Amino acid sequence: MLTYVIRRLFYSTIVLLAASVLVFWGMSFVTSPIGFLRMQPGFSEQTIQNITERKHLDDPIYVRYGYWVKDMVTNKFGTETVSDLPIWPDLQRAMGHTLQLIVAAELLAILLAVGIGVYSALRQYSAFDYAATTFSFVGLAMPVFWLALMLQILFVNIYLWFDVRIFYVASLNSVDPGTGIHFVLDRAQHLALPIIVLAVANIATYSRFMRAAMLEVVNSDYVRTARAKGLPERRVTMSHAFRNALIPLVTLVALNFGGLLSGAVITETVFALDGMGTFFITRLNAGDPYPVMAFLMVSAVFVIVFNLIADLAYGWLDPRVRLE
Amino acid sequence: MSEHSAGRVPDPFTPVGAPAGALGGSELAHESGLEVKARSQWAYARIRFFRHKLAVASLVILIVAALVAVFAEQVAPYGFDEFDFEHVVSPPTTEGWHLFGTDQLGRDYLSRVIFGLRTSLWVALLVATVATVIGTVVGAVAGYYGGVVDNLLMRLVDLILVVPFLVVLLVLSQYLGHGKPLRVGIIVALLIWVGLARIVRGTFLSLREKEFVEAAKAAGAGDTRIMFRHMLPSTVGPIVVTMTLLIATAILLEAALSFLGFGVQPPTPALGKLIGEGAGEGFSSWWLVTFPGIVIVMLALAVNFIGDGLRDALDPQQRTRA
Repeated sequence: MLTYVIRRLFYSTIVLLAASVLVFWGMSFVTSPIGFLRMQPGFSEQTIQNITERKHLDDPIYVRYGYWVKDMVTNKFGTETVSDLPIWPDLQRAMGHTLQLIVAAELLAILLAVGIGVYSALRQYSAFDYAATTFSFVGLAMPVFWLALMLQILFVNIYLWFDVRIFYVASLNSVDPGTGIHFVLDRAQHLALPIIVLAVANIATYSRFMRAAMLEVVNSDYVRTARAKGLPERRVTMSHAFRNALIPLVTLVALNFGGLLSGAVITETVFALDGMGTFFITRLNAGDPYPVMAFLMVSAVFVIVFNLIADLAYGWLDPRVRLE
Repeated sequence: MSEHSAGRVPDPFTPVGAPAGALGGSELAHESGLEVKARSQWAYARIRFFRHKLAVASLVILIVAALVAVFAEQVAPYGFDEFDFEHVVSPPTTEGWHLFGTDQLGRDYLSRVIFGLRTSLWVALLVATVATVIGTVVGAVAGYYGGVVDNLLMRLVDLILVVPFLVVLLVLSQYLGHGKPLRVGIIVALLIWVGLARIVRGTFLSLREKEFVEAAKAAGAGDTRIMFRHMLPSTVGPIVVTMTLLIATAILLEAALSFLGFGVQPPTPALGKLIGEGAGEGFSSWWLVTFPGIVIVMLALAVNFIGDGLRDALDPQQRTRA
């Protein structure tokens, strides 16, 4: 088990390094870093000189990569090229906001999807089942940003017509959010729509998955045995079938959650949230490779860690699985 | 499975009295008093697909959409950049036939959606085709040769999977340049072949050990011939299904990219771009966001249903059930 974890981590580090080399090389290859500085408006030759020196921009690429690695390890990803401001505090704040969003969305999605999935499986081919199936098909065919915009339009117009503010449609907080419970409520009113948007696609996937898993378990032999020995139906479905049907969902959720830290780009952009996605888009548009690299590393580590958690959880929950 | 054995299977859907097949199976049928028509695997697949009503309806919708896209100039009531200054920021109306409304410049959104449909469908088809070719070749080579080749190619797949998807897409389009539908399509395709490659590799790994491959080898067939003439036909089912689903993914991805401003550039309209432009005009002109979105949802739904129908139709295990 421990050797498994160590080997996976070792192997992941290599993949991570390869990815960083590839992206670093790719980004520097297509726009030269000094050329990037010359494109900035109003930079004197002296400023460009200074920045070039500070960031070692006139060194060959492998030397620059070396400096980048050193900065990453010893200096928390170093500083942005032009402003020389540290990258990490910004990234950390953005990560905190995104985590609030994705944890809430994921919890909502799991709760609803498990309910929908189990009920659809127990009442297969009922009206509810068909409605749930339709919902998930539409949910998966719907562009995320479109749903976000439609909700924004809806709630803005509710506000305009009835003068009722149910949910805010942009940013994390009001200008004057207050403190304590007021702050939390204000934040909730702002995050509600992004949470719903993120949850919808996940509910669509998870509930289909849950339904399939539950159907498979309900029709298995050991459940028939449980019924045959006269257990009450509630006990059969809840403690015998349900618990085992949850196992595959755990893996799926863990895998999916890993990708969400960087996967909420669109939702964050539409709702103008100061999160990882916005961090990435603004830095990418500015053309500075260093913060983009920092973002890539953090999100890739997140993906890798949750992939590992998914596999470990599966091995732990299902004793038939041996991790080697 | 050959036509021979297919003819032997009692088929509940063949009307009694249908002309007997020419193959050996029919003799058996004669003896038992049943007449069974011999059909090829493709005939069975076609029959099963056409029994899937949602899939057939979706196919019709998609064909209509494709025709509309191809004949956009003839179908659209206005040009995509034609101004109607008498109807500016107009909600859907029959006046002047602005059924999807107009924007601030008085451009007819129905016409823009029709031309956007052309761009989006073309990109989606391009993406699916390129990704399918890459995925199939990589998967086939990895699965057939195994060993070092397999290891290297699958590590490449891991690399693409570990780096956040949308992020690579955006970085690539930022640095490789974007704007032309062709470029956008190729950039997306370069990233979404990995799933298919894994599927094809899996089938090739198991097919490699089969007798017919050994026979082909013994007969002196070259590697390429074995891979693409002998093994590939057995993988066509999963490939076709995955390709269909890739079209849906591509439609949604292209829309997201265009919306974020990394996709197709103006003046070419694309469905995602239209939603973005519509949102830029403020929340009161709801029609600019709503209609292009509904078209995207319909396209993606239709393609997904067709994929489902094909999956059921092409899975030989389902022969008796269907």
